[in-house]
Amino acid sequence: MRMRVDHHPVLGKQTDRKQVTIFFNGKPYDAYEGDTIASAMMAQGVYALRQHEVSGNARGVYCNIGHCYECRVKVEDRKVVRACLTTVYHGMEIDSLSGFSEGNE
Amino acid sequence: MKVWNLLIVGAGPAGLNAAIAAAGEGLKVKIIDEFNRIGGRLLGQLHQEPNGEWWNGIDVANRLHEKAITLGVKIESGVSVYDLEQSEFGWKVYTSEGMEKTEKLLLATGATEVPTPIPGWTIPGVMSIGAAQVMGNVHRVKPGNTCVIIGANVLSIAIANELRLCGVEVKEIVISQPNSSLTHSGTPEKVMESLLQLTHLAPSVLLRQAGRVAKYIHPSLAVKFYPKNGMNILDIPIKIKTAATEIIGDKKVKGVKTVNIRSNGEIIPNTERITEADFVCIAGGLAPLPELAALTSCEFKFVHELGGHIPLHSERMETNEPNLFVAGNITGVESAKVAMAQGTVAGLTIASEIKGNKKHSDSAIEEALLTVRKEREEALIQFQPNIARARELIYQQFELDWKAESPKRSIS
Ligand SMILES: Cc1cc2nc3c(=O)[nH]c(=O)nc-3n(C[C@H](O)[C@H](O)[C@H](O)COP(=O)(O)OP(=O)(O)OC[C@H]3O[C@@H](n4cnc5c(N)ncnc54)[C@H](O)[C@@H]3O)c2cc1C
Ligand code: FES
Repeated sequence: MRMRVDHHPVLGKQTDRKQVTIFFNGKPYDAYEGDTIASAMMAQGVYALRQHEVSGNARGVYCNIGHCYECRVKVEDRKVVRACLTTVYHGMEIDSLSGFSEGNE
Repeated sequence: MKVWNLLIVGAGPAGLNAAIAAAGEGLKVKIIDEFNRIGGRLLGQLHQEPNGEWWNGIDVANRLHEKAITLGVKIESGVSVYDLEQSEFGWKVYTSEGMEKTEKLLLATGATEVPTPIPGWTIPGVMSIGAAQVMGNVHRVKPGNTCVIIGANVLSIAIANELRLCGVEVKEIVISQPNSSLTHSGTPEKVMESLLQLTHLAPSVLLRQAGRVAKYIHPSLAVKFYPKNGMNILDIPIKIKTAATEIIGDKKVKGVKTVNIRSNGEIIPNTERITEADFVCIAGGLAPLPELAALTSCEFKFVHELGGHIPLHSERMETNEPNLFVAGNITGVESAKVAMAQGTVAGLTIASEIKGNKKHSDSAIEEALLTVRKEREEALIQFQPNIARARELIYQQFELDWKAESPKRSIS
């Protein structure tokens, strides 16, 4: 699935961006320079970015501008960031935060 | 460590224009913004003006950005401000990249969307209407091929059209269930009332005509004759007598369950239906985002017309807190042009305090204030009725509380 709006009747063409590869839960995905983690994953049809800590239910982007913190992901096995504010780079490794299942707390 | 003359939180239209005005008067200015691009909520905006020209927020943002850079403004994106502390020189500002020092601080953090939760609203693929706007117009990504929008207001109707331009089929705009304890959006009659009041200059010809009709008919009558299957605006059915009761799906959204309702919000039995969609948008309206101001001893006031709680401020954008200023949607939800004009006022006010050349600056500030009023009057999108009046009351309240000798009194 590829959901890019390359041609827009008012905003024009957007076809000359540099492609990069990012890794989400270990799997490679195409992205473009300037993408946020959120936009890159949504363009690939990936909506679920993490699991809710308690229920384990899937969660994804809600506000897309940094206000709701629903899109939290882990970058480079270290830092928790908001996917909708964080710009991708080539080779970026992103992981979902998983629910607090037993033995995992 | 350097002490800035002015540090601005928020690189939206208000923050950028404030920086341009202040740097133009010779101040050393820095702007910090947590988004990864400069322009704030301008970036997503795409409306057609009455003269047919497009208001392309990305172009406007780029122009302001370049102008600020040319004037020597330092701009940092991808950095969040999370705490403020008053100090002997002005303010210490704590960011995700360390601390900054400044004499004057301007909060131009804009507005946020009000969520109207309904069962299923946390399923991936359910997002705020602004999220879809930013995905489509800024990131150039379609959140899906088909969508349902819950919430009928000026913003959702404008963005529905923007999504259409991105190639999304907006299947319908419905309202959220009026009698749910979770939402406080109104009955069809209330929705109609607010749509009609706001549409005299609305972004579509059809809505503008509806606004004209509204002068002669009462909303209750308008809603009575409003077709059950909705009215189409640019091929998008707007169904104010259909309410969403639940969003369905598990790991990803599948669609929206709706019922038909009467003008007073009562559910009509046996009308339940499911509309399938790749993604669902919730449009609950906008509210000012004043959290940072709440970390100081700045006085707050709740003003319905301005979208919620706002820091009390003067027309020149001062707060009661020394060296703390506000501009843009943090002071009340309005269109980007008003935010820009307010930014200029704030930038000039701050420059005047630092430079102390009152005579020179007073006339410039007066002129900038006229522009604010003009932009407000001519605004294409008004988020609430009676904004100008509500603003006047706020300015009077500020004068009474913080400028006059007399003890505090309340106006509204
Ligand atoms: C989702 C959404 C969609 C909108 N769509 C429209 C529209 O289509 N048409 C229209 O006329 N108006 C729209 N508006 C109204 C919009 O708020 C104004 O048009 C205008 O952009 C307000 O300008 P501003 O400078 O006050 O704030 P904004 O443009 O919102 O800019 C504020 C900036 O501050 C930054 N910020 C906030 N808090 C922090 C922090 N703690 N640290 C660092 N940075 C921070 C944000 O990242 C943002 O870039 C929309 C508002 C929202 C929230
Ligand atoms: S989606 Fe709300 S913070 Fe990222």
